Amino acid sequence: MLEKLVTWSRVKSPWVLHMNTGSCNGCDIEIIAALMPRFDAERFGVLLKATPRHADVLLCTGAVSGQMKDRLIKIYEQMPEPKFVVTIGECAISGAGFDGAYNVEGGIDKVIPVNAHIPGCPPKPEAILDGVVKLLTAIKGGD
Amino acid sequence: MAKLTIPIGPQHPALKEPEKFMITVEGETVVDADVRIGHMHRGLEKMFENRTYMQLIHATERICGICSFTHSTNFCQNVEYILGTDPPPRGLYLRTIMNEWERIHSHLLWLGIAGHEMGFDTLLMWSWDDREEILNLFEDITGNRVTHAYNTIGGVRRDISDAQIQRSLRVHDYLLERMDAYVHVALNEKTVLKRTQGVGILTTEDAKRLCAVGPRLRASNISYDVRKNDPYAAYDQIPWEVITCDTLDVHAQLVVRALEIIEAIKMCKYMLENLPAGDIRIKVPRKVPEGEAISRTEAPRGEDLHYLKSNGTDKPERLKVRAPTLANILNVAHVLKGANIADVPMIVAGIDPCMGCMDRVLIVDSEKETSRVWDREQLRKYSIDWYEKEAFR
Repeated sequence: MLEKLVTWSRVKSPWVLHMNTGSCNGCDIEIIAALMPRFDAERFGVLLKATPRHADVLLCTGAVSGQMKDRLIKIYEQMPEPKFVVTIGECAISGAGFDGAYNVEGGIDKVIPVNAHIPGCPPKPEAILDGVVKLLTAIKGGD
Repeated sequence: MAKLTIPIGPQHPALKEPEKFMITVEGETVVDADVRIGHMHRGLEKMFENRTYMQLIHATERICGICSFTHSTNFCQNVEYILGTDPPPRGLYLRTIMNEWERIHSHLLWLGIAGHEMGFDTLLMWSWDDREEILNLFEDITGNRVTHAYNTIGGVRRDISDAQIQRSLRVHDYLLERMDAYVHVALNEKTVLKRTQGVGILTTEDAKRLCAVGPRLRASNISYDVRKNDPYAAYDQIPWEVITCDTLDVHAQLVVRALEIIEAIKMCKYMLENLPAGDIRIKVPRKVPEGEAISRTEAPRGEDLHYLKSNGTDKPERLKVRAPTLANILNVAHVLKGANIADVPMIVAGIDPCMGCMDRVLIVDSEKETSRVWDREQLRKYSIDWYEKEAFR
């Protein structure tokens, strides 16, 4: 019963933390655009939080740069369980355009475990919303 | 009074790229500021040497997602300078229109961020909603909202139809109407005036000495704009004015940006109505002869400089980028000295940093040796609360 309540509240209001791990800002402005009135991710209860300790979902953008790698791990470890990681954009999946640059790790999943990928360069706000809804459905299904 | 050192950053949850400020305070006053950059360093300039010129158009767009078009314009111009080719007039006009649209969307974005920093979230919602109109135009004509892949060496890649011109003109009329409201807010709204007037003053001499660029420079009452002083694309063929403001503070930057949007809308309307007929691009060879070139453009944030050296193959020998935020960070560190802690978010947001951030704030009391950690949200809240208390004093 309690577990059901917890899952329900988690699905109805996932708090997200956005972290730029070396992206070009393109994905970042699309995330903000998705939260703004035109697309309004808040109608799914999505709320942008400033601290990892309040966050359920970590939104990562960008191929991981050398300096941000340790910080990404630190932020991930600060988040309370259960935590979900969503990567946004091609760079966060594989490094994409930045593949081969000397200070780029290439892909978030080389550093921390990832639950969902949203491809695109940058993905449209619609795509981000779609990804978020898919993740919520998966959480609801106990996945 | 004990001096405290506050490191701000480097992780930023809301929007911008990671960066770190070390701020030393005495009570409420900042006495010293130091900036650490490089958290975003990906090694792009080295990577560019392994890419062909065609791939580089794609790669230079991804230097910065907000001023993507400026960077690719700079790169294409450099290659065109070395090749000695001139794109056809229609191509240049379309390039100029895109550059101005980018300025409109970037300045509207800044307006929203500034509103958020001063605790005026309504402004954030308004301006980001209106910004979507410009992004729709981008999507209509180039196929993508943020990174457009529209520029190419020797012109642009897609033509614009008459129906698209009509659609764009309607959006421009709508935005002009909306801008009246924003200018009214910028000049009369009490929240805005209280948080920006007299904050972050950069004198004309200091602006020159610290090599400020873009709206920050024009807000320091210096009439300098690459579009006017070193015209590129079609900027020398269209009528427009450089906007300056003589109050030198963050409010001056707000006014400069708001008026620049209006100027940009008028420029775009003029260009769309007087678009020359003809080709949009010319064919260029894959290999670029040996040579070097420097290209400057006025990005939304200021002067953006690219240096290109070619060696006769299909890959460049060296591509150097000097983005506007790098030039403006110096004067932020200067302006922060003597400012109030509560004004720090406003001053840093003032230059529209493309990599500015203030997530965790660690306050270290050097005498008591205690420390507390603040995140950026708390710093913002602190500044809003401080001003609310101030209002009732």
